[in-house]
Amino acid sequence: MTSQVSSPAEQADEAVVGEQRKAAAGEKDVRRLDRVIIRFAGDSGDGMQLTGDRFTSETASFGNDLSTLPNFPAEIRAPAGTLPGVSSFQLHFADHDILTPGDAPNVLVAMNPAALKANIGDVPRGAEVIVNTDEFTKRAMQKVGYETSPLEDGSLDGFQVHPVPLTTLTVEALKEFDLSRKDAGRSKNMFALGLLSWMYHRPTEGTEKFLKTKFAKKPEIAAANIAAFRAGWNFGETTEDFAVSYEVAPAAKAFPTGTYRNISGNLALSYGLIAAARQADLPLYLGSYPITPASDILHELSKHKNFGVRTFQAEDEIAGIGAALGAAFGGSLAVTTTSGPGVALKSETIGLAVSLELPLLIVDIQRGGPSTGLPTKTEQADLLQAMYGRNGEAPVPVVAPRTPADCFDATIEAARIAVTYRTPVFLLSDGYLANGSEPWRVPDTDELPDLRTQFATGPNHTLEDGTDVFWPYLRDPQTLARPWAIPGTPGLEHRIGGIEKQDGTGNISYDPANHDFMVRTRQAKVDGIEVPDLEVDDASGDARLLVLGWGSTYGPITAAVRRLRAAGQSVAQAHLRHLNPFPRNLGEVLKRYDKVVIPEMNLGQLATLIRARYLVDAVSYNQVNGMPFKAEQLATALKEAIDG
Amino acid sequence: MADTTLEGPTGSQTLLKLVPKAEGKQSMKDFKSDQEVRWCPGCGDYAVLAAVQGFMPELGLAKENIVFVSGIGCSSRFPYYMNTYGMHSIHGRAPAIATGLASSRRDLSVWVVTGDGDALSIGGNHLIHALRRNVNLKILLFNNRIYGLTKGQYSPTSEVGKITKSTPMGSLDAPFNPVSLAIGAEASFVARTVDSDRKHLTEVLRQAADHPGTALVEIYQNCNIFNDGAFEVLKDKQQAEEAVIRLEHGAPIRFGADNSKGVVRDPATGDLKVVAVTEENQSQILVHDAHAASPTTAFALSRLADPDTLHHTPIGVFRSVDRPVYDTLMADQLDAAIEQRGKGDLAALLAGGDTWTVVG
Repeated sequence: MTSQVSSPAEQADEAVVGEQRKAAAGEKDVRRLDRVIIRFAGDSGDGMQLTGDRFTSETASFGNDLSTLPNFPAEIRAPAGTLPGVSSFQLHFADHDILTPGDAPNVLVAMNPAALKANIGDVPRGAEVIVNTDEFTKRAMQKVGYETSPLEDGSLDGFQVHPVPLTTLTVEALKEFDLSRKDAGRSKNMFALGLLSWMYHRPTEGTEKFLKTKFAKKPEIAAANIAAFRAGWNFGETTEDFAVSYEVAPAAKAFPTGTYRNISGNLALSYGLIAAARQADLPLYLGSYPITPASDILHELSKHKNFGVRTFQAEDEIAGIGAALGAAFGGSLAVTTTSGPGVALKSETIGLAVSLELPLLIVDIQRGGPSTGLPTKTEQADLLQAMYGRNGEAPVPVVAPRTPADCFDATIEAARIAVTYRTPVFLLSDGYLANGSEPWRVPDTDELPDLRTQFATGPNHTLEDGTDVFWPYLRDPQTLARPWAIPGTPGLEHRIGGIEKQDGTGNISYDPANHDFMVRTRQAKVDGIEVPDLEVDDASGDARLLVLGWGSTYGPITAAVRRLRAAGQSVAQAHLRHLNPFPRNLGEVLKRYDKVVIPEMNLGQLATLIRARYLVDAVSYNQVNGMPFKAEQLATALKEAIDG
Repeated sequence: MADTTLEGPTGSQTLLKLVPKAEGKQSMKDFKSDQEVRWCPGCGDYAVLAAVQGFMPELGLAKENIVFVSGIGCSSRFPYYMNTYGMHSIHGRAPAIATGLASSRRDLSVWVVTGDGDALSIGGNHLIHALRRNVNLKILLFNNRIYGLTKGQYSPTSEVGKITKSTPMGSLDAPFNPVSLAIGAEASFVARTVDSDRKHLTEVLRQAADHPGTALVEIYQNCNIFNDGAFEVLKDKQQAEEAVIRLEHGAPIRFGADNSKGVVRDPATGDLKVVAVTEENQSQILVHDAHAASPTTAFALSRLADPDTLHHTPIGVFRSVDRPVYDTLMADQLDAAIEQRGKGDLAALLAGGDTWTVVG
């Protein structure tokens, strides 16, 4: 799922194409596939996210295109063996350019009955299901409502079931180690990883190196995990239950030349912040309060103090943005990171930043709402909060990344707007982008945009009596930005605040006409921000329907559009990065099409803005179940819209 | 570790030396902005403003390196009248904003101006956390025991039973004692002074400015419109003699006519109490030690005053101890990271450890 890729093969993202290579006598068959979707599922404590991450790293280093979907409960350790405690990690990898973590897994690894029960509904008949039979005790099955064992009662007849006593095999493999049965059993996720790594011919060096580093202080544990990992691999190779292994060739053709790595949205966003600060030649200051799913950005930036990055874990959300705003006044590239509930708390300070006209990035990793909502699930329902969630007329630019890797570029773009226009800017990512990952072409740092800005250095206005003075609200005629005069600059001492200011001087003003002027000027400044025109992908040129999206729906929408086109349908696609201001050509683009469909993971927030702004009868297609759209579902909905 | 010495903080390097000095000699006039001061005539804020403007030249700092940050309330208009950098922010948030500024710019002298409602009600959380972190801020808390700007509701420092517009039958909640609160919040410097005592106020400001870390100065300030005479007992010469206890580091804590009263420790409870000084008990009069490592005695001193009558109100520096300063620690970590790992290399960071190459 690489936005910078122009895929030569815009192939439909559905059928798994395969060919089989007959093995020599005594060897197992190897089947070649173009893509695979694997889901690891287990208890919250089973290490499924780690297993998924490792498989992803192996897959990335092998050169496949990939897209991931971690899915975990908000509770750190929900009661063991229960449905709410199930944690899963889905990975889609391919020999070509792909866009989503996939609709339905080809392989499900179920570490216990709860994991099987919670996930089997998503698995199509014929798919492979690997179950850890050790956990299928009567009690464990009853806990999740299995009256009879699904491994024996025929309910899994349509699947290729591989019953594997993962725990027993792991304990057996580790009997040389001085570990209790319970501790040895903990490595069963590494056994499963080893087995899957064999099944899909993944390189293993990375995982072994990773385990050595992770457990550097406990070499015994490192060795045990590596032994379990190797035992899993060997088990696949020797047991007759696994007759076939699979190859998915590197996606060399899908990628332009370059150096690649795998990256998650929150990591790309963190790097974007560090890069933006360097390109702006400003120190980076993060004021933040821990909140899911944004905390990883705080963690990541805290590691990079050698870049001059200051991270401040505040006493609350308000102090997080307050400290950031204070740092912005002092000349830092200031950022606050949060999720929807945190934005609600920060609203008043965002309003102050609008009034002070200082650069400030507000990063909102959206999650399910309202209130605490679904902390670990994704949603796009903060768009209107970002647009309007403040008292008074308080316009704030809004930028949204479309894929995990795109979080890097979108962050730099948000920083550009903040610094150029001296304004707070919203960056709207979401839980799906934050935790999902994909290959990223590592940019050449020389190619990054120049974000340098000028602090005010001297007087900017001459009074009638000839005195040279500094007016903090005298604007740049082009951008309408006011000067950024930081403390420590002699002669520019000035006071700013949240009370309405007189145009130019910045002095307190209660004058009605001045307020009217200032409200309109702040709006005009944001309206006038230069943003690139919206690009429309209308391959055939005869599409009557436009599908318009924003944010993380890019992957599923694009995959759905490919399916429709592969089926001979004409459909145009456009995806918004700038939600405020909209691209100048958006109105004209919308009017070119008979029908505009807007899929969103909310109840139609962009659609509301589009309808209000352009008087276009846009059709909203919505899903708010905490999960990204599935490509198939979107393709069906779009097909109905085309036909309807 | 009980610190029984009466020496000043040892080994303390005043952070003031990080702030550039003014080139020429400054006067009070240099610190007056061109804005018309708009407090009510007779407001205690005028006296504090004059004292601060009068004290600033003594500090001798480049005025472009001084910043006043305030919240909301009458006192929070203060920055507009200082010819320094300033920010009049939002209700209660000044300590948070100032924390970001001070921790990112150690070359600045950052002052927070706040009131009893701003600091102790809506902004209580930020105040206590600034104090425990020991950010290099000087917080001037104007306490008039009333909400002035919203026209006279009771505040978190109002005495119980206060009749105001919002409490016609009397307020119900017990007040905060800001000095006790600050000491409980791990403050490294806590002082109290009175708006009308310019000399005392200036001396407290002097010590606060020199203190490395957060300095909280509670200033009893008269609101002549909504709570006139709230501190009269501390100002009226005759009454003050019995009501005010002046704390001086290293001196026995005595007050009253002819210093006839003193503070002693009650051997039974360990608490402090006021006694008439006699020949017998003279040697037991407590000697004030603002630098004591333990905050226990400073806290006990803060409890001497009667919240209703203000009798036995100590003023002066309760506590002034050396403690690591947040901004310094933050800067040190940045330096240490560079020392350990070298200056950040963006290209290396972006590439990470696990890459693969696609050739055309």
